Amino acid sequence: MTETFTPPTRFAVPGRIAVSNRAASVWQTATITEIRRETPYAATFRLAVPAWEGHLPGQHLMLRLRAADGYLAQRHYSIASAPDGSGHVELTLDHVDGGEVSGWFHTVAEPGDQVEVRGPLSGFFAWPGDRPALLIGAGSGVVPLMSMVRHHRARRLAVPLRLLVSARGPEELIYAGEYGAETTPVFTRTAPRGTPVGRLTAAHLAPLLAERPDGGWEAYVCGSNGFAEHASRLLVAAGQPVDRIRIERFG
Amino acid sequence: MNVTRGFTGRPRVDDPGLPPGQYDAGDDWPVLSAEVTPDLRPADWSFRIDGLVDAPRTWSWDEAHALPASAYEGDIHCVTSWSKFGVRFGGVSLDAFLEAVRPQASATHAVAYSHTGYTTNLPLADLTGGRAWIAFTYGGEPLSAEHGGPARLLVPHLYFWKSAKWIAGLRLLDHDEPGFWEQNGYHARGNPWEEQRYTGD
Repeated sequence: MTETFTPPTRFAVPGRIAVSNRAASVWQTATITEIRRETPYAATFRLAVPAWEGHLPGQHLMLRLRAADGYLAQRHYSIASAPDGSGHVELTLDHVDGGEVSGWFHTVAEPGDQVEVRGPLSGFFAWPGDRPALLIGAGSGVVPLMSMVRHHRARRLAVPLRLLVSARGPEELIYAGEYGAETTPVFTRTAPRGTPVGRLTAAHLAPLLAERPDGGWEAYVCGSNGFAEHASRLLVAAGQPVDRIRIERFG
Repeated sequence: MNVTRGFTGRPRVDDPGLPPGQYDAGDDWPVLSAEVTPDLRPADWSFRIDGLVDAPRTWSWDEAHALPASAYEGDIHCVTSWSKFGVRFGGVSLDAFLEAVRPQASATHAVAYSHTGYTTNLPLADLTGGRAWIAFTYGGEPLSAEHGGPARLLVPHLYFWKSAKWIAGLRLLDHDEPGFWEQNGYHARGNPWEEQRYTGD
């Protein structure tokens, strides 16, 4: 029996790219070269990783810190920067309440500090820049989506790309100064005068789905599980095929 | 690796139940599925075992519940670094299903697949001997949809991506065939005690 097994149901989200097993298994030293505050709760950390193999927008890496007694703490983080061959990657991290790793980044880390990373990891949430991309994120869930937006701009891609980004208020909107016509912000608690307040609804999705780009949208949803469940159900209800919805849940 | 300047980390707990590189998630139970959570009613659920078996068979919800009940009480470990202690799942031991289909001597591995089409591969030896279940309840309540309800595979001694949500079946094979995460760089077996997270670990 040597035939390849095919499940009776085609999987909703096959990987978009092959992943380098070598890159996934080797820890590399990364040096913090720059720290930029994004919001009161989030900051961007630029890391020099000289032997970085490159990544695709949407991929993540694993990062670890080591204490003097050998204790290790490791976490997965989405990559915020577009692939640019510079030997650098950027991460945007929320300061998680009680978070031992994000707490170190937000209260201790300075340029010159070194951490370890392995990656890039996982191909299923990657966007190679080929299919029309409908991006829906909340909070720091916008981070891997921003890598896609930046890639789209840097390469001047013609394929359609739209971003719906949800934040509690304008002051908590990560990358607020970088968005263009492709982006619609949704504010759930406070909003600038004239902008409605409330969570993502079918009315936000309807005009985007109505654009019907050639080949259809590939939807990428990223955020907390609660947001991901809400947004993915809205997409299904609005007619987006289940097998064209990719979900990255933070947790 | 060098020590990270100024990093102390959370208070150390000397917990022999915590595999290397893991932390105790406490009451949290993160949901990390990559696909849309399906609306799968018990009446629409079925579970099949085929491939290298003498008597391939499909069970309905009621037929599966007619098998002897079996519970797991213990810990679970996710590859993203959280572990959860003292969980309680109820269901049926996979041994009871396998006994009915009679695996052939040539069967060495299985691909578990979900009603969503998700797949994951396991050595058959990890699915037998009272170490794997089809779980219907969690903490005495029906398993919620986002955690794989109405029924998920439960293989708690391996990283939890092996415990396929919305389980639809097992195909027994004479070779190992990577599933969804395994094709995306994750380890073929996923033993948390040996920290087998990614290929090459």
